[in-house]
Amino acid sequence: MYSQGLIGADGRSEETQAFLDAFQKRIDAEEKIEPNDPMPEGYRRTLVRQIGQHAHSEIVGMLPEGNWITRAPSLRRKAALLAKVQDEGGHGLYLYSAAETLGVSRKQMTEELLDGRAKYSSIFNYPTLSWADIGTIGWLVDGAAIMNQIPLCRCSYGPYARAMIRVCKEESFHQRQGYEIVMTLAQGTTDQKAMAQDSLNRWWWPSIMMFGPHDADSQHSDQSMAWKIKRFTNDELRQKFIDATVPQAEYLGLTIPDPDLKWNEEKNGYDHGPIDWDEFWRVVKGHGPMAKDRVKARKKAWDDGAWVRDAALAHAEKRRARKMAAE
Amino acid sequence: MSAEVPLWEVFIRPRNGLAHKHVGSLHAADEVMALNAARDVYTRRGEGNSIWVVPSASISASDPDQAGENFEPGDKIYRHPTFYEIPDEVGHM
Amino acid sequence: MALFDAVLELADDHLVLGHRLSEWCGHAPMLEEDLALPNMALDLIGTARGLYTYAGALEGAGRDEDDLAYLRGERAYRNLLLCERPNEDFAHTILRQFYFAAFMVPYWSAAARSEDETVRGIAGKAGKEMAYHVRHCGEWVVRLGDGTEESARRMKDAVEALHIYVGEMFEEAASAGIAALPSRAGMRGEWEATVDHVFGLAGLSRPVVPHPQTGGRAGVHGEALGHMLAEMQSVHRAHPGATW
Repeated sequence: MYSQGLIGADGRSEETQAFLDAFQKRIDAEEKIEPNDPMPEGYRRTLVRQIGQHAHSEIVGMLPEGNWITRAPSLRRKAALLAKVQDEGGHGLYLYSAAETLGVSRKQMTEELLDGRAKYSSIFNYPTLSWADIGTIGWLVDGAAIMNQIPLCRCSYGPYARAMIRVCKEESFHQRQGYEIVMTLAQGTTDQKAMAQDSLNRWWWPSIMMFGPHDADSQHSDQSMAWKIKRFTNDELRQKFIDATVPQAEYLGLTIPDPDLKWNEEKNGYDHGPIDWDEFWRVVKGHGPMAKDRVKARKKAWDDGAWVRDAALAHAEKRRARKMAAE
Repeated sequence: MSAEVPLWEVFIRPRNGLAHKHVGSLHAADEVMALNAARDVYTRRGEGNSIWVVPSASISASDPDQAGENFEPGDKIYRHPTFYEIPDEVGHM
Repeated sequence: MALFDAVLELADDHLVLGHRLSEWCGHAPMLEEDLALPNMALDLIGTARGLYTYAGALEGAGRDEDDLAYLRGERAYRNLLLCERPNEDFAHTILRQFYFAAFMVPYWSAAARSEDETVRGIAGKAGKEMAYHVRHCGEWVVRLGDGTEESARRMKDAVEALHIYVGEMFEEAASAGIAALPSRAGMRGEWEATVDHVFGLAGLSRPVVPHPQTGGRAGVHGEALGHMLAEMQSVHRAHPGATW
């Protein structure tokens, strides 16, 4: 999302304590960091990793929902879902662009996704098994993503913050379309209501896990907070999400699959039951039910598209040559 | 896949009367495809009525290390209208 | 009823083709095209919705857009065979879209002068959209035809495979004698000029087709359409009468 003029200029930075202190002072003063500015190598690497993961998540995230475009049960839903999945492709594109300002190319990032070096959000390694999942993903998964993303609009890195402003603006319809789908099902036939409850049962815990490990176990958290790449801790965001979502489920007459969920007057929020961290780490480490299929689908699209990209480049070369010859 | 498809910067004019503004970037093999892609990526919600695309490699950027010498002419206050005192009776000027 | 049948034919063309394009979402050759293909699919589905709604009103039997889209089987679908052809590779997909859009541009331009107000309304919007489809897909036909050896071969294969379905576009079918809609046969000259111009830049030529395929307007389709509809209609049909 930014002019790429002097990519990698930060390589000149000498990371003396004085340099690091001066950088931190800029961050603390809420100054935005722009691509050509000197920055610590760690800051750059953290951003490349995080923005890359974020972009990959958008792209891989097209697959589970894309699984239902061809089966959407009404034309209105079909158009909305197609537009939403398309938006996710756009968000991936904006984010890759933001990462590219840090001296890494989209091709490099794509290759890292395809060979398994780069991660993406684990939530997309669960399967979509019914139409209700399209509603639930919009409601819970996009809802959780929005909680994460809104603070990123104020991230210290300018191009990332700008990309996120655009993403958040576009995404405002995603959660609403999801909730509307679930609401229609919850108020529908017995089968439809059962479909909605089954979907909530399967997606609740993975959605809660989207906020990452508890603060005490989060390895990147402190430094990212200090650099203002991250503004709230995992547990703070998770709590906000649960507090916002429980009344929404109640309104639908659906039951959140957590018997320990209860209002805590003292903290003015909900307490929840224990999260299955074994499952979390298993899925993070690439053993989610759809992990292999997701990467395979992305690899197939990339490999099958190679001849198209090559043709476009070859033609561009011919055009250039013809133009030069004509001049 | 051998080469990388080139990167372009995209500028959109939201409506006549405003300047084109940088909105992001994209990859395309040539300028025609870049314009089409910019239309498909960056104008899906009526964001504008005119598009410019520029190869990212063609942009020259100023050096942030020279920001001090480039951009701090704060002492030349005589360039600003408030530097000059005009009596109230003269009216708005 | 005659106008109903003719509008339904057009609606089926747009939905079937839009559905085919939507199958690409998330699997395109590059990210930029993953945004372009759904844009075109959304145009087509949007036009189909307008046409189905109008067809339902003309019929007067209380069928809405979803009844018409989801509760008719393959023998009742009236789309062109071209529109239902499977995506195959990017060359097939782009050429199929180019052929269809190159027909619809002059068609909608004539329909925009229709005596029927609803037709005029749909034509005005759809005509602009189709003009972009011609441009976007035409640029790709040129690049693939005049790109690498492989892309040129794939483009030629696509022309071979799809050209046999071109003739059906110019059949009047249900629109024969309908004053509210333009003559389909009358679009041939402009269609050929559009295709010849792009093919000239792409190093392609229009093949002679001794045995053109036709039958879509009579509900006699290829085998692919039944699978497409079975998938598309599965959820809707599994819950009769449900609201979505």
